This record gives sequence, C-alpha cells and structure tokens, in this order.
Amino acid sequence: MQTPKGLDSKLKEVNEMPGSIKDRVAIVGMGCTKFGERWDASTDDLLVESAYEAFEDAGLGPEDIQAAWVGTTSSGATGMMLSGPLRLQYIPITRVENACATASEAFRNGCYAVAAGIYDIVLAIGVEKLKDTGLSGLGGAQPAPSHVLSPESTAPGNFALLATTYFAKYGLSYEEGKHMIGRVSWKSHKNGELNPKAHFQREVPLETILNAPMIAWPLGLYDCCGVSDGSAAAIITTPEIAKSLRKDPIFVKALQICAPPADGNENTKYTYDRIDTTEKAAIAAYKEAGITNPREEISMAEVHDCFSITEAVTMEDLGFSPRGKVRDDIENGFFDLDGKLPVQPDGGLKCFGHPIGASGIRMIYEMYKQLQGKAGPRQIKDPKLGLTHNLGGRPAGCMIFCGIFGLEGI
Amino acid sequence: MAGITSYGAYIPYYRLPRNIINKAWSRTGGSGEKAVANYDEDAISMSVAAGLDCLRGIDPKTVDALFLATTTAPYKERQNSTIVATALDIRRDTRSADFTNCLRAGTNALLSALDSINAGSAKSVMVTAADTRLGGAAGENEQHFGDGAAALILGKDKVAIEVEASYTISDDMADNWRASDDTFVRTWEERFGLDEGYRKITAEAAAEVMKKCKLTPKDFAKACFYGPYTRRHAELGRVMGFQPAQIQEPLLDTVGNTGTALPLMILVAALEEAKAGDRILLVSWGNGSDAIVLRVTEEIEKIRDRRGIKRHLQIQRKLENYEKYLRWRGLVPLEAAARPGKAPTSMSSLWREHRSALPLYGVKCQKCGTPQLFLDGSSTRPRICLECHTRDEFEPYRFADKKGTVATFSHDFLALSQDPPNTITVVDFEGGGRGAFEMADRDPEECKVGMGVEMTFRRIFFDKGVHNYFWKCKPLRD
Repeated sequence: MQTPKGLDSKLKEVNEMPGSIKDRVAIVGMGCTKFGERWDASTDDLLVESAYEAFEDAGLGPEDIQAAWVGTTSSGATGMMLSGPLRLQYIPITRVENACATASEAFRNGCYAVAAGIYDIVLAIGVEKLKDTGLSGLGGAQPAPSHVLSPESTAPGNFALLATTYFAKYGLSYEEGKHMIGRVSWKSHKNGELNPKAHFQREVPLETILNAPMIAWPLGLYDCCGVSDGSAAAIITTPEIAKSLRKDPIFVKALQICAPPADGNENTKYTYDRIDTTEKAAIAAYKEAGITNPREEISMAEVHDCFSITEAVTMEDLGFSPRGKVRDDIENGFFDLDGKLPVQPDGGLKCFGHPIGASGIRMIYEMYKQLQGKAGPRQIKDPKLGLTHNLGGRPAGCMIFCGIFGLEGI
Repeated sequence: MAGITSYGAYIPYYRLPRNIINKAWSRTGGSGEKAVANYDEDAISMSVAAGLDCLRGIDPKTVDALFLATTTAPYKERQNSTIVATALDIRRDTRSADFTNCLRAGTNALLSALDSINAGSAKSVMVTAADTRLGGAAGENEQHFGDGAAALILGKDKVAIEVEASYTISDDMADNWRASDDTFVRTWEERFGLDEGYRKITAEAAAEVMKKCKLTPKDFAKACFYGPYTRRHAELGRVMGFQPAQIQEPLLDTVGNTGTALPLMILVAALEEAKAGDRILLVSWGNGSDAIVLRVTEEIEKIRDRRGIKRHLQIQRKLENYEKYLRWRGLVPLEAAARPGKAPTSMSSLWREHRSALPLYGVKCQKCGTPQLFLDGSSTRPRICLECHTRDEFEPYRFADKKGTVATFSHDFLALSQDPPNTITVVDFEGGGRGAFEMADRDPEECKVGMGVEMTFRRIFFDKGVHNYFWKCKPLRD
C-alpha cells in the first residue's frame, strides 16, 4: 500500500504487521465519569462510576467480564486496584502504564485478547485521581533517583520547545504563532461548553487566552490542559456477541502504539517542529484501517492536546494539514465543530480535562457516542470514522497511540 | 626555576551596585559594585570556571595535582578539590587537597604546589582559589565581600612567572573568623585587625622577603596584595614603600573582597599587563601573611589567550534588585514551591556516572563517527549508537569544551528555580551531538533559536545535604 496522502514519504518504512485488528472486535458499552476536581470522589468511586455506566450501556454486569485491563499512572497498583472496588471474582486483571497513553494501552490489550479468541467479553478501564496531592499541577511524579542530570523542567516547558521551534521554522512572529495556538484552545473551550461531563464548560474569549499569564514561554495558561480526576471504561467483545447485544456497536478499525528510541534530546536529526512518532503510528493505523487520504476520510478526531501547540503539530503529523500549513486550517475553522474535520468535539484534554490514566478511553468514548449519534448538542453530522491520538511522554520521546473507530462495514 | 606556567580567573556575571544595597536599607551612597555568584554557583563551580580558563590550550591530563583554596567549601566532609579535578578532567592518579579556613589559603596552596614541584613529586600542579563569603544583611561586610576565583598552574617547564623567593608568617591574629556553624563572618573591632594585624604583619612579610632577595620596592613593576577595601589597601602600599603606580588595582570597587581568591585575582590582573623581566610582589593576609617574589619570563606571551580578569570584568550585567541577591544567597525564608518533592540524589548513581557526567563526556561511535551525549536515561553512558545501533564500540568524546547553538528553548515559569523562569534549552554542539540543558546567566529577552552558547559547570540543586553538580549552557559573550 502506498503512503497515505499528506504524509512524508521518508517515513513510509513502518513495520508491516502480519495481522490486522480491523473489524475483529467491537465496543458494546462505554462509561465515562464527569472529569474535573472531584473532591467528592476517590479512585475507587471513579472506577465504579465509569464501569457501571459501561455495564448499563452494554446491558451486561460485572459477572459477564472474563478479563480486565486497568490503566493508571499513579493512582493505584496491580489488578486488585480494580477487582477490589468492583468486587470482581478471581478473573485475570492486568494493570498497565504508558504515561499519558495509559488508557489507550489498556484498551489495546483488551482488544487483542478478544481478537486472539482467548476471551469473549473484557473490560478496559483507566483512572486517575490527581487532586489529592495538594498541588495544582501534576503531583507525585518524582523522577527516579538516577535521573539527576535532567534540566529542571515541567510538562509545559517541554512542550513549549515545540512552539519555539515551530514559530522559528515557519517565520511566525510571536503574535502570529500565539494567535494560532490560542485559536486551538478557543475552539476547544467552545466545544467544552456543550459537554456536561467536561472539567471546563465555558467559552473563553480569544483575547483572554492570548493575554493569560505565561506558564512556559510561549505557552500561557490557556495553552495548557486541565489537571483532572476521572475514569473511563469500555467493554470489548467479538462482532457476533456485540451485534447480539445492541444494534449499534462500534468497530475497532486500527490500533497502533509506537515507542520511539526517545533520542530527541540527543539526536540532531529531530527537528522539534513535529512529533515523528505520531506520523509513524498514524501511517501504521491508516494502513491497518485501509485509509489512503486521512484529511478526506477521517470524519472527526480526539487528539492529545495536552498543550495547544501539541494539537497544532499533531494535525500535520496525522496528515490532516500539509507541513507548515496547519495555521491556515486552524484560523479557517477547519477543525471547528462545524468545520470539515472537527477535532476535540468533546473539548479535548484542554476542557474535558486530563486524568492521565483515563484520557485515552475518554477519547474513544467521544468517538463512540458521536458514531452512535448520541453526542447531544455537539453531535457531528453523520460521522463514519473517528480517530483517537494519545501521547505519553514529551516531544523528545513519547509513546504514541493511534486508534481508528467506525461503524460496521465502513 | 619553578613557577607559574598558566593562569586564569573567573568573575560571576552579575554585579550588585553598592548603592542598591544601601537603598534597600534606606541608606544613601555606596560606591562601586560587587560581583555576585548566581544561585547555582559556589566555590566549587567557580574553581572549575577559573580552572577551565587556566587550561586553555593545555591538556588537563598533564596536570598531576589539584589544590583548591577556599573558606566557603560546600562540603566539610567530602573532598571539594576532587569534585573540581574530576569536572576539569584531571587524571584519577593525581593528588588533590583542600586548603581551607584562612584567607591565606590561596597562597598556602600556591607555596605547597611549588614545594611539590621543587621536590619532584609533581610536574604540574593546578591551584584554584575561590570564595563566596557572606556578610550579614545590612552590615559592613555585605558591602565589601564579592565572589570570584583564580587559577594557576605551577610547573618547571615553560615557566612564565618564576617564583624567586617567599617568606611566611603564621600568627593567630583573629581579626575575622567563623566558627563551624557560623553563616556570616564575625569581625572584632575593625581598627584592631587592620592596624595591629593587616598593616603590620603583611608589611613585615613583604619587607622580609625583599630583604631575603636583596631587593627594594623600586625593583618591582607591580605589588599585588590583599586589601579589605580601597582606602586601607592604598595605605598598606604606602607603608610597604610602593609608589601608587606600582600598586596593582585591587578590584575592590568592581569585584569586591573575594577573600581567599583576592590576592591571586589581583596577581592575574597584573600578569595580563606584565612584560618579560617584570618583577612582581604578591602578598596575602589571613592569620599571618605569605609574601612571594615573582619574575616574569618571555613565556608569558604564549599564555595571553585567557578571559582572566580583564575580559571577565567586561562580561557582566547589573543585578537590578537586592531581593534577588537575598534569594540567591538563601538569606530569606521562601514560600515552599507547589511542586512535587524531588527524590534524594542517589550516591550510587552519581558514582557510576561521575567520570562521564562531571567532566561532561559523551561518546563518539567508532563505527559511524557520530558524537553523542546520553543524558535522558538512567545513565550518561550510552551502550547502543543512536545512529548505526552498534553496541559498545565507542571512544570517549568530551562536550564540556565544545561550543553549541540553541536548537530550541522555553522559559519555564512553573519549574523550580531560584532565578525564575527556568530557561531550558536543547543545544546542538559544533562537531555534532545534542543535549538538553538549563541556561544560566541569561536575560530571557536575549534567547533566540540559533544563539551561540558555551558550557558552564554549576550546582544544579542542593537537597538533603547533597550539592549536585552538572553542566548548564550560557550565552557566548566574547
């Protein structure tokens, strides 16, 4: 198969997979808690809340779950963090972790187990409880004692490096670049206003976004996503069982995860105006799903907008916008809810919030609801294929998950 | 004849005008300024900086010993000089020693180095002297004390400044002192120390060494001697019998009293102007006095390429507020940062890395020739080449002496820093290789993609009694 349109030909050498997940598994039920500062809820409460919404959605109960994968980065450990609160009885449960791509990884493992024919019905669930640390940013994440030489920097600082280089490479003045990324956050806030489960449900004027306090130059407060509590869950099964349970199961078309050599801060070939790993994962996903022109064929996407600049470069890395041209698409509203390729219809990490270990499944939750036509006031008209992109790490090295979801037969 | 074969110096980038200190305490006046170490600088880091200046054009592997002099050693137990020697890439089979607890420690170390050379136990000995002494806020000493460092190499070959004679007096004259748990220097009534000690005893040492060599003040091109402040320094020059033109300007109005380092910094300033044949008198003060007669040779012309004192005086920026100084010196209790605590520095990890991290070694792949640093993982020693993926076929490749350009940067307002925002950079080195480093001594406004930088050894953090040192980048300014 040729390289999908809009993507660098030099990156076409993606490892061929002998098999494909396309249409081999389906989602029959999903749940997602309200994200935000959940002072009312513990990790256990969040897990129960999202799991039981998924059970009810699928018309199944906890006794139907044959195996489970639970993702968290710092809110628990072992499979018992799930079996305990849900009182699951002696089933196999694996705890997985892949930084901010943790939930997508839980989901992917569950899909493969079903596709392998080992289990019929499995649960994938992600959770994070970040608001019990007493800190407004990410707490608890201590570097290992041996990491004594890295510069003292935060997530905003690490992703701001992308903006500095992107602006310099394409000759954008601070004002032009800032406006471009500000427009990304403005759009997500507009979408978040329509989402009762979002952490931030308020439209914010672009002026406010552009003039907000600096967090890590050139990223201001509104260029950074929320730090939230939350959980999201999915029940995965075979196409046959799925169709017996409901008329509108959602099919998995592609599941890719990509681990780079993490050498962006050592290898001068990394240009810091993109995330190459996204391109690798996207190409593999498009091949798996049979997509040749993502800009035209993908109906909508939930991407990892931990920072506004991350979303901007991701649009190019996914082949949605030509290299160096994302500014035109952003400023022209191409990714707005009423644009040609709506991105972050649920508000994204920016407004739905970012409980680290839950976000990947939250993205799938939005695709699932949109494809079923159940997204309420933010419903996109007649979507066929939705893409989720989940990033764990920082530009110099990050895990990238790329998944594609659709209705049967698409 | 044994003597000095190379010299170097370091003056921190920031200068605090004395009238800004006075303004903070509702006083008027204040002349000149003092050099202020950044929050990430101390006697160890400044010794490395002066050492790097001194080692220009010299292979550090030829140095046989490092003697460090300071009264403000970061460690009471753990050899400070070994940290400096390792960062400077001096061999492991060398001698190192800390000369401490006395303002005369700089010349103590110099004379001991000379003894090692003359005894034949070492061919080349580096001496560094650095101090960051503190006076209590709003006091006299706060006005006068400045931060700085000097470095010399002593040897027998290619001697640029011969040591002709020395004379030492050791006296328990306690004009200034610090007990082991004192933060600030304590001072007896000022006139006691200056009239009964400084003026008499240094003059006596100077007179004795001149007598020993059958020389008089008129035989000297320059006299380089310690001074607590300008007026008293000039007075001692007269007492010793020198004309004003013979007295080397003592840096007190530009750098301040740098303690242990001061006599050697004044000497370096004199050497920058010296001609072959010049005779120089060097006199220190501190619980006695060392007086040393030096004579400059033709070799001096071969070691001119130094930042030394003159160029470091030009590389500077005014510290615009006194509060920043208080913060950098840890003199005000600060609100705890709302950031997760750091894991303790692992001594076993530091040990594994110390021969690569402290001198900033990366590797060069012997198969494909790619220079590479490896700083992002749990080790600074790569095993697999990032380019050709060959395993363990590397030669050591040092990055500390390479210049670089900034590939990207950010000013991180959220990160822990005593000088926020924390400027983080990715640096591409000339000749290849890349690394992520904090940027020191920068004005956020001047940072640009593509700007030139050099490497500087700094204390990257201090926690639970551990001073953790590594390299940062800083803007190229000359």
